[in-house]
Amino acid sequence: MDNLLLWTILLPLLTAVVCALLPVKVSKIVAVASTVVGLLLACLIYERFIPEALNGFQMVLRVPWITRYQINFALGVDGLSLPLLLLSKFIMPIALLASWGITNHARVLTICFLVLDAAMAGTFLATDIFLFYIFWEFVLIPMILIIGVWGSSERIYAALKFFLVTFAGSLLMLVAIFWLYTSYHAQFGTYTADIASLGYIKFSTDPVLWGLTAQEWVFLAFALAFCIKVPLFPLHTWLPDAHTQAPTGGSIILAAVLLKMGTYGLLRFCVPLTPDAFARFSPIIAVLGLVGIVYGAWVAFQQEDAKRMVAYSSVSHLGFIVVGICALSPEALSGAVLQMVNHGLSTGGLFLLVGILYDRRHTRKLSEFGGLAKVIPWYAFFLVLISCSSMGVPGLNGFVGEFLILLGTFQTHPLWATVAVSGVVFAAVYTLVMLRAVIWGPVKNEENLSVKDINPREAFLLGVLSLFIVWLGVAPQSLLGKIKPSLDVYWSQNSGNRETASVILPPRDSVEGEAGPRE
Amino acid sequence: MQVVLFGLILIPLLGAILNGLVLRSKHTRVAGGIATACSAACFLLALSLSLNYFETGTPLSAALPWMSAGPFVLNWGLRFDALTLVMTLVITGIGTLIHLFSIGYMDEEKSPYRYFAYLNLFLSAMLLLVLGDSLPVLFVGWEGVGLCSYLLIGYWYEDIDKANAGMKAFVMNRIGDAAFLLGVFICYQQFKSVTFTEMAHLTATSNSLSVWWLEMAALCLFVGATGKSAQIPLFTWLPDAMAGPTPVSALIHAATMVTAGIYLVARTAFLFQVSPDVSQWMAYTGAFTALFAATIALVQKDIKKILAYSTVSQLGLMFVALGVGAYSAALFHVMTHAFFKALLFLAAGAIIHGLHGEQDIFKMGGLRKHFPLTFLFSSIAVAAICGLPPFSGFFSKDAILFAALASPTGDVLLWGVASLASLLTAFYMTRFYLLIFFGDYRGEAHPHEGSALLWIPLAVLAVGSAFAGLVGMPHGLHMLPDYFGQLLSPVLPAWQETHAFLGEIGAMSVAVAVAALGIGTAFVIYRKGTGTGEKLARAFSPLYKLLLGKWYIDELYELTIVLPFKALCRFSSRIIDRAIDVTVLFPARLARVGGTALSLVQVGAVQVHLWIMVLGGLVLLWWALRGLVV
Amino acid sequence: MIPIPSTLAQWSHYIAACLFALGLFGFLIRKNGIVVLMCIELMLNALNLFLVEVSMRSSHPEGIIFVIFIITVAAAEAAVGLGIILNLYRLKGSVHVDLFKSLKG
Repeated sequence: MDNLLLWTILLPLLTAVVCALLPVKVSKIVAVASTVVGLLLACLIYERFIPEALNGFQMVLRVPWITRYQINFALGVDGLSLPLLLLSKFIMPIALLASWGITNHARVLTICFLVLDAAMAGTFLATDIFLFYIFWEFVLIPMILIIGVWGSSERIYAALKFFLVTFAGSLLMLVAIFWLYTSYHAQFGTYTADIASLGYIKFSTDPVLWGLTAQEWVFLAFALAFCIKVPLFPLHTWLPDAHTQAPTGGSIILAAVLLKMGTYGLLRFCVPLTPDAFARFSPIIAVLGLVGIVYGAWVAFQQEDAKRMVAYSSVSHLGFIVVGICALSPEALSGAVLQMVNHGLSTGGLFLLVGILYDRRHTRKLSEFGGLAKVIPWYAFFLVLISCSSMGVPGLNGFVGEFLILLGTFQTHPLWATVAVSGVVFAAVYTLVMLRAVIWGPVKNEENLSVKDINPREAFLLGVLSLFIVWLGVAPQSLLGKIKPSLDVYWSQNSGNRETASVILPPRDSVEGEAGPRE
Repeated sequence: MQVVLFGLILIPLLGAILNGLVLRSKHTRVAGGIATACSAACFLLALSLSLNYFETGTPLSAALPWMSAGPFVLNWGLRFDALTLVMTLVITGIGTLIHLFSIGYMDEEKSPYRYFAYLNLFLSAMLLLVLGDSLPVLFVGWEGVGLCSYLLIGYWYEDIDKANAGMKAFVMNRIGDAAFLLGVFICYQQFKSVTFTEMAHLTATSNSLSVWWLEMAALCLFVGATGKSAQIPLFTWLPDAMAGPTPVSALIHAATMVTAGIYLVARTAFLFQVSPDVSQWMAYTGAFTALFAATIALVQKDIKKILAYSTVSQLGLMFVALGVGAYSAALFHVMTHAFFKALLFLAAGAIIHGLHGEQDIFKMGGLRKHFPLTFLFSSIAVAAICGLPPFSGFFSKDAILFAALASPTGDVLLWGVASLASLLTAFYMTRFYLLIFFGDYRGEAHPHEGSALLWIPLAVLAVGSAFAGLVGMPHGLHMLPDYFGQLLSPVLPAWQETHAFLGEIGAMSVAVAVAALGIGTAFVIYRKGTGTGEKLARAFSPLYKLLLGKWYIDELYELTIVLPFKALCRFSSRIIDRAIDVTVLFPARLARVGGTALSLVQVGAVQVHLWIMVLGGLVLLWWALRGLVV
Repeated sequence: MIPIPSTLAQWSHYIAACLFALGLFGFLIRKNGIVVLMCIELMLNALNLFLVEVSMRSSHPEGIIFVIFIITVAAAEAAVGLGIILNLYRLKGSVHVDLFKSLKG
């Protein structure tokens, strides 16, 4: 039981049980303490992660689970999941502290967050496809509760929409998972649910239905689930509603981590498992990402609700990540992984800021504010800083990710990069319009005169976020350097044609056999 | 010494943090003192670095890791060579003077710490811009100065118009920045490197480069430069930027930031050398901008607007020089322009401060009695910008005009347009000068000269405006060697003189004649106050209105770009997004409608259900037995 | 060409059929809840009669066993059904079946 990865999942679950038995106030403190320990665990994992160890996952844990069908409780961490694990563990205490003021069923809320924490960590760490699916779906349960119980006025509608839309995609993914699982058995005679091993399935090139091959169908089923989660352009409409209705902590997690599950899924499943289909469909996905970049910015520009604006800006920013993934160049890949973290920090920060304002004024309408820089200067400072990060001002984190994505994309698809660059301009437009509406100008509304500046708790949260925003902008190498070798291997395996990759790395099972954990 | 390079950037950054986040002093002298000290420290550092460079003659460089991804490796690399030396001295030197001036100018501010924090932050970003040894590092400074410009233009944010002006500046700069980024990407695609030295080396040695792509890179970088340096078509933000405090206009929107575009082109001269089409395009854009902005400046009444259009016009001249390959002349004009334009802006600031905010030159007049020192220094600056020998502007402007004529890529048209712009410059600057300082006082406020803090920087700048030109004397005069050109010769390519219909001395004489003509005309019209000018305005009413309305470019942009963009956004948000939402939720709605339809069967009356059950049972029975019975 | 039965035992399945039809008829058209319940009992007992006859004729005991089960279940069902009817009467003040429409979808 000395596996760190296991504890990142077990600790929040155990804490949730403990919290259920404790008085409300104590449970909150225990929960925050536990998530901080979780963050430290993640830092320990970061510390122990060996960049140069190139043979796949590290700190592997494999507990037999359904032995007859070779389904294991298998965890592992690599260059793709490490940043996201860090991000989710980092965001968790922030989300809990941001929800500190909620008194309605506070203990249940805390438990929901803790369960969410465990499920998110599991999603990123699972190396068994069924385990992944279970965690993936499990994330939904606490999240719909958080939206549906502690949300704003339209919360039930938003929770239902969030659940139905994301769940509909996930079910198709389940079908695809079963297809992969049985195909592997048909081809190799053994069962495996190991994600990496499933990559050795040989797909037939004959069309099975409507002119698409089996591989393409599998790809589409996976991609639909992930693109809904991202959310990619025409599938994004659940996001503004979910974000707007969710409580602050929920919005932060939703934006910072849940959306990244989609892009993580694309990288973890779509690219390695169905490479030919990915090659065929990636232009379409990239174009949708490009449309999302531009369109998200346009729509964000029109929003009157601050949270909706940030939500649509997420559509735009996630478009960059999707384009970066589809470009399949090493720079864009690193940029996309880094940008997942960056977007988590900056958009999480923006939701926190909107939430702070909502706590004070009980409205999110931009037209209600104005001139707040005079009344609450520290708030204005953080808003400007985090907005700058969001619109990619260099020196802050947002720039590094976007720059690498665009740089890499340009090397393979100059046209995509050219279109995507326009998003940089539009991002400035809507962000500055938001800033003008909230903090610049005269104080028009009397109520704004008595708004209190951020309290120490909020200042601490914003300060920590800002610290990392600056750090990742100035010294992103501390993260990039850690994941670079791993991503380089990932790239070399997935960029060239599939046969070469297979020659380099033969199917794992044929080399080592099924049983026993690999170290 | 390497650490010192980072010190240049970190000192003002620390000053900004100290002022803006830690002390937050409400006393202008405390906040301003800290900021000025940081700036002065930078100047001394820059000075020692320059001396070191003069001694050793080798550029200093330093680097810290920034990011790496796949084959792409990027450092926080700084490099201090001759070009950087010039820019650094101008930035820190004039910056320090303007910091000092600001202490006097912003004496009644409620939150001076904010102002000085921004100012120091700007200094830091600007130094990073000129020190950066690669395009992305330069870009950090590039966007950083844009951000500071945004914050400083909107410094008095309670006035929404000022906030809007800041936003306009940022967005227009961002358009240029997007092009800049594309330029960086093309460079990386071609060179697999983004540092200047490596790119320059590869351009000279490698033969695997695509000239078409290099031209595209040059074009993209030039578009970026038009944003930052306010050239057609991205110039309209600069006049609006005058909403900021006047020292800011002097530092950012005259002396330093707006010349970043010139610096960029000079820094990437190796690209422009192999892109003659882009260079020519650049020269014509510059010439046309110079003329265009000068026509607008002819009729403006706002003291700062005149100077703003004058800046656009002068920047245009610098682009002419860059376009014809006279990089060193452009940089020379950057330096002299920094002196005299900063001086003019600060003088304007001193006057505005003394008149309690009055900016209309038609409400001034006769101020030479009230502002004797300011009058004296302004006279030097006006002489310099008009191009009167031996003031600094004469030498730099002459170098540009001569290059426009005699460079291999120059031609008579370029020279003519640039000379015409100089003529107009001489005219409107004399008008400016006469209307402010001569005639009778036409305003209401009580004019008074400011404190020593206000005029000491003016005095120093006046010395610079008067004598800075001497470091770059043309060869034709055979008086002093061209120190400036020699200094920059290792960094910037030189141009070869071709035979033109005028020699260097001839061109110089024409330039002086042009300046004299402009000054003379203005003197005739504005000698006795505003009367003759107003008569002329009535006589040429349509033209006057067109010029006063700035050719209605803002309105044109509003109509052709801003409004359609807003309509597009509204359409996306209200129509398309709704449509998508309805479509995505269609299956859910279908299920709901289907369920509602089927629930109609559930009438609730027990016996109806019983009937259905029995009949259903009978049907099933019949179906089960259909082979046995009948 | 139905053969005419000669003994009562031979008649009994005709009787069972008639009883079932009566029960079904009442089940479908009577409006009094208690009568509807009684009709269900009638149908069950018609079935019992039929099962006994078949069992006797074929000398297999299963039919009788079924009957015993059915009687037990019918007793329970009558108890539950009457309980429901009684509660409905308390609720609405009547046992008229058309009054109970809360199952409407």
